[in-house]
Amino acid sequence: MAGEKNVETTGTLGWIDQRFPLTKMVKEHLSEYYAPKNFNFWYFFGSLAMLVLVIQIVTGIFLVMHYKPDAEMAFDSVEYIMREVPGGWFIRYMHSTGASMFFVVVYLHMTRALIYGSYRKPRELVWIFGVGIFLALMAEAFLGYLLPWGQMSFWGAQVIVNLFAAVPLIGPELAIWIRGDYVVSDATLNRFFSLHVIAIPLVLLGLVVAHIIALHEVGSNNPDGIDIKEKKDKHGRPLDGIPFHPYYTVHDIMGVAGFMIVFMAIVFFAPEMGGFFIEYNNFIPADPLKTPPHIAPVWYFTPFYSMLRATTDPFTWVLAAGCVFAAASLFLKTKGLAKFIVPAILIAVAVSLRMIDAKFWGVVVMGGAVVLLFFLPWLDYSPVRSIRYRPGWHKWLYGIFFANFLVLGYLGTQPPSDAFNLMSQIGTVIYLAFFFLMPVWSRMGTFKPVPDRVVFHAH
Amino acid sequence: MSQDSTVNRDDDAEGSAPLELPSDPQRRFWIGATCLAGGAAGAAVAVPFVGSFAPSEKARAAGAPVEVDLTAIPPGQMRTYEWRGKPVWVIHRTPEMLEGLSKVNADLADPDSTRPGYTPPYAQNEYRSRKPDFWVGVAICTHLGCSPTPRFEPGAQPSLPDDWQGGSICPCHGSWFDMAGRVYKNKPAPDNLEVPPYQYLTDSRIVIGVDEDNPA
Repeated sequence: MAGEKNVETTGTLGWIDQRFPLTKMVKEHLSEYYAPKNFNFWYFFGSLAMLVLVIQIVTGIFLVMHYKPDAEMAFDSVEYIMREVPGGWFIRYMHSTGASMFFVVVYLHMTRALIYGSYRKPRELVWIFGVGIFLALMAEAFLGYLLPWGQMSFWGAQVIVNLFAAVPLIGPELAIWIRGDYVVSDATLNRFFSLHVIAIPLVLLGLVVAHIIALHEVGSNNPDGIDIKEKKDKHGRPLDGIPFHPYYTVHDIMGVAGFMIVFMAIVFFAPEMGGFFIEYNNFIPADPLKTPPHIAPVWYFTPFYSMLRATTDPFTWVLAAGCVFAAASLFLKTKGLAKFIVPAILIAVAVSLRMIDAKFWGVVVMGGAVVLLFFLPWLDYSPVRSIRYRPGWHKWLYGIFFANFLVLGYLGTQPPSDAFNLMSQIGTVIYLAFFFLMPVWSRMGTFKPVPDRVVFHAH
Repeated sequence: MSQDSTVNRDDDAEGSAPLELPSDPQRRFWIGATCLAGGAAGAAVAVPFVGSFAPSEKARAAGAPVEVDLTAIPPGQMRTYEWRGKPVWVIHRTPEMLEGLSKVNADLADPDSTRPGYTPPYAQNEYRSRKPDFWVGVAICTHLGCSPTPRFEPGAQPSLPDDWQGGSICPCHGSWFDMAGRVYKNKPAPDNLEVPPYQYLTDSRIVIGVDEDNPA
């Protein structure tokens, strides 16, 4: 019959394949998707992130069946889930542990991308969709944290929504528009609930699909950072590639098993994780008239929160000096129209750093620290992708960067003090300098020769 | 038949190349005009959705004025009242507390409360109040909206200098305020604590939320 597709499959599968590209999709994404054979443990975290996403969606569906998004009832309904819903405590602790473990897994996944250069050409879009996922995840976590309506929920939301009030001119109106009231209130709780259970998850799922489609279009990177598609066998299959299914599906199931041991140990034995996963003050119902003596965001936001706190009025001098220095060096180095335009913009930024309140710049630094990641593929000029073939001192730089990020994270959990403030200011400079100076340092040093084939030792 | 694309004609032999037709400026124009009108309509639909985020009539109405009986507040003490959902402090300042105010002027970001938006004209004086003994202010830090913690006792104490004259400290980012809600220099908060509109009904009663410029 005309118009009927020719397919190799028969029976029910053949019937489906004539109407829907099922076999084609399975081949493209699983059985004939060739991934490099030298993946190490760093490559578990992509599939683990998917697993946590599924855990969050499933537990979330069941929590919504008992939770009440109402300022009068929200706190009590969470306690009701914990004490009276059969198995409710288990579902809720899986969800709260899942939130933190999502960030653990995603931070490790991003670390992998950083050290093996997985964001480099041709994987820029994989990386950009990934940073988009990271942003959506932060929004999702922040919105969800308001829902238990404890003291930390309330005051955390109050602080973050007030970040928007720092925007010049429209700020205060914008903050009221986001809250739907003059302070965080029932209206805020309702809209955060809506965004947390519908809007952001839809965006998140869309971005995950885009992330994976982009990845499968260009193929996975590997610890050696070399392109396996350059060496193919007579069937056009990469010599160093193995089909994702069954090799990596089985490999990832092992990762899942290990991860679930850790995950369930936390759920059963330490769901609050010493106040890091669920803060103690959140067991007190929200009180709009009384801020808890010490408030800090949940651990996964604290590195960026430290940068927000670090940006005080004197610190804007440091940032302005950085802009002037960058303007001067670009003016001397570049040619053409950019010689004038880019330095002029930088000088304008330097001037406004001193004209507009430091409060606004704190928000810019915090947001910029994340937005900066989008530009990473165009900041790295090193001739090799992987850290394995970079000069030895590059490893030290990355080490300092990761340690600095952890220190910033620790400082963000602590009450403000002069010494800690100075440390977070130094940390902020290190973080920003790592990225802004990357075009300079990433091409310096003696790079090691990159092998033709991946380094692989059979077990 | 004429349109801006390629078509297969019915009488074409199978396998022949599709026919390339000349572009039709009139059709182009109408495609553009339709997209423009559709886009404008789509944007217009967003208006009520964006608008629905603004405070509801109920939230606006909840901003009613609050009356305070000052005799309930002993000297050196403070009471918190809720106005528009925000904590408003009424502090009964002692003469010692008032003396401390002038000692810290050099360390303050805006000692004369000249920055616009936070101090009504009747409070732009050395006490930041209508009458010296009672200070009325919104206890929401001008940095990111936390409520400062009272540290009215002068003298050395944790997180504060040894010559502390009394005031309050924000638990979130460590901004300091004096006994008139004026912010110290080099702290995250850019402005003094807001003095809300208020006025005296009698010598011992005030109403928060109402003044000459803000009728109830």
